[in-house]
Amino acid sequence: MSKANRQQQDVPHSQALVIDDLTVAYNSKPAIWDIDLNVPEGVLMGIVGPNGAGKSTLIKASLNLIPRAAGTVRYYGKPYDQARSLVGYVPQRGSVDWDFPTSVVDVVMMGLYGKLGWFRRPGRKERELAMYALEQVSMQDFAERQISQLSGGQQQRTFLARALVQDAQIYFMDEPFAAVDAVTERAIVAILRELRAQGKTVIVVHHDLQTVEEYFDWVTLLNVEVVASGPTLEVFTADHLQQTYGGRVSYLHEADIALG
Amino acid sequence: MVSFLIDPFSLSFMQRGLVGGILIGMTCAVLGAFVVWRGMAFIGDAMAHTVLPGIVIAFLNGASLFVGALIAGIVTAVGIGWFSKDGQVREDSAIGIMFSGLFALGIALLSRVNSYQDLSHILFGNVLGVSWGDIAAITVVLIIVGAGVALFYKELVVTSFDPGHARAIGLSPATVRYGLLILLALAVVSGIQAVGVVMVVSLLVTPAATASLLTKRLDQVIVLGAGLSVLGTVTGLLASFHLDIATGPVIVLTLTGFFILTFLFAPKQGWLMRLMDGDLPRRAN
Repeated sequence: MSKANRQQQDVPHSQALVIDDLTVAYNSKPAIWDIDLNVPEGVLMGIVGPNGAGKSTLIKASLNLIPRAAGTVRYYGKPYDQARSLVGYVPQRGSVDWDFPTSVVDVVMMGLYGKLGWFRRPGRKERELAMYALEQVSMQDFAERQISQLSGGQQQRTFLARALVQDAQIYFMDEPFAAVDAVTERAIVAILRELRAQGKTVIVVHHDLQTVEEYFDWVTLLNVEVVASGPTLEVFTADHLQQTYGGRVSYLHEADIALG
Repeated sequence: MVSFLIDPFSLSFMQRGLVGGILIGMTCAVLGAFVVWRGMAFIGDAMAHTVLPGIVIAFLNGASLFVGALIAGIVTAVGIGWFSKDGQVREDSAIGIMFSGLFALGIALLSRVNSYQDLSHILFGNVLGVSWGDIAAITVVLIIVGAGVALFYKELVVTSFDPGHARAIGLSPATVRYGLLILLALAVVSGIQAVGVVMVVSLLVTPAATASLLTKRLDQVIVLGAGLSVLGTVTGLLASFHLDIATGPVIVLTLTGFFILTFLFAPKQGWLMRLMDGDLPRRAN
């Protein structure tokens, strides 16, 4: 607790996200262990690590979606409950039922439900905001489409539009590039860079080590514990990758050497 | 033909049955859309069975059957949540345990005090037996359910479609779920009067599932489901009058028939159209 207080006082406003001693356990087995993380404002950060490293767990625990065993998470110095309007979240595409009877624009408007509060229904203004967000992901022609008719990439862009419409300061995205087409991948990258250009902070769970250096200026290597976190150029090294992944993926070294 | 349709309803028990049946059908179909799309068919069925001891205890004490059933429904909702909370017991197992345990308690209580006549009414329903007092209670339930769904529509939709997002924006899916389960308990008590404990899940699931084959908008699923439900109830009443068959089963059979016809012949999603489009998944060899 004292450590958290000290952090809160010392950390200047340039820290968008500060995580302290965060531990999450499933059935008393730690999924993430004693995570300390400082993410400065305006970075585009990738979280990488092997399967079961706790990447999604880290995001979900930061958003109070799952209980923590210990630790604190602060957004611009505030706990999540007080910082909700600052934070946008793009969950894994596979986490919902895309056969659910609703349309693309209705899903995007769900991004505004938090601001609307209880009882108020979305109206014309909300629809306009949703349409604008859909334009940003080149989905405006699909607004009235039933979500069951979307391709994987279109589903991902719909979720992205729902996060954009929230107009948050910090975005969490859980594997936005998983199984999407090349057009969608480029569209998402363009939006991530646009968000960074607006001074927003974007945190992305990422799988493809080949693109880490191209996409992200900040990176956290995670395997239950944080192996390293910082600017990609400093942190994304063969050594750290070896520590994160063990000997399991030898081609990584070659890729890293070729790129680095 | 007209007299075939109209004449039966000159009888006062048929009038009460018609009004009651329509109100019950609408109540169950409105919630049915959420039951279907949240995958709550099993818990809906369980709820129908677990309210039995509540009804019986209330009946024995001369208390309101609705209140008795509602208390039993809440006990069910809380019990299932409590048993499965820490992942020690899977939710469907918890439902199965509560379901059979409380239903057994209800039957045991009934067997001590009542004749089979009363038992069969609760188990299989008798919409022709509803009184104007019952209809008043059913109307109140319809208003509560309708108002609940209308006021919390967007919360119900977002927690149904994406509970993670709902939690992230500060909604509590668990609270919404408990609210829905309470409405479900109310609807089930209404439904029991039409088709009984054993078949009430049909009123909850079948019209909404049928409507879902015809439209991909949740509000239309609700409206269309309510319409199908009313149609099924009226058909059931007429068939039972002219053919002298118990009303509850005929209502359920009619709704099931609607579903099968829709499944086969729906314009876009029907089996026949998909067959003609070559759209059916081939069986792997």
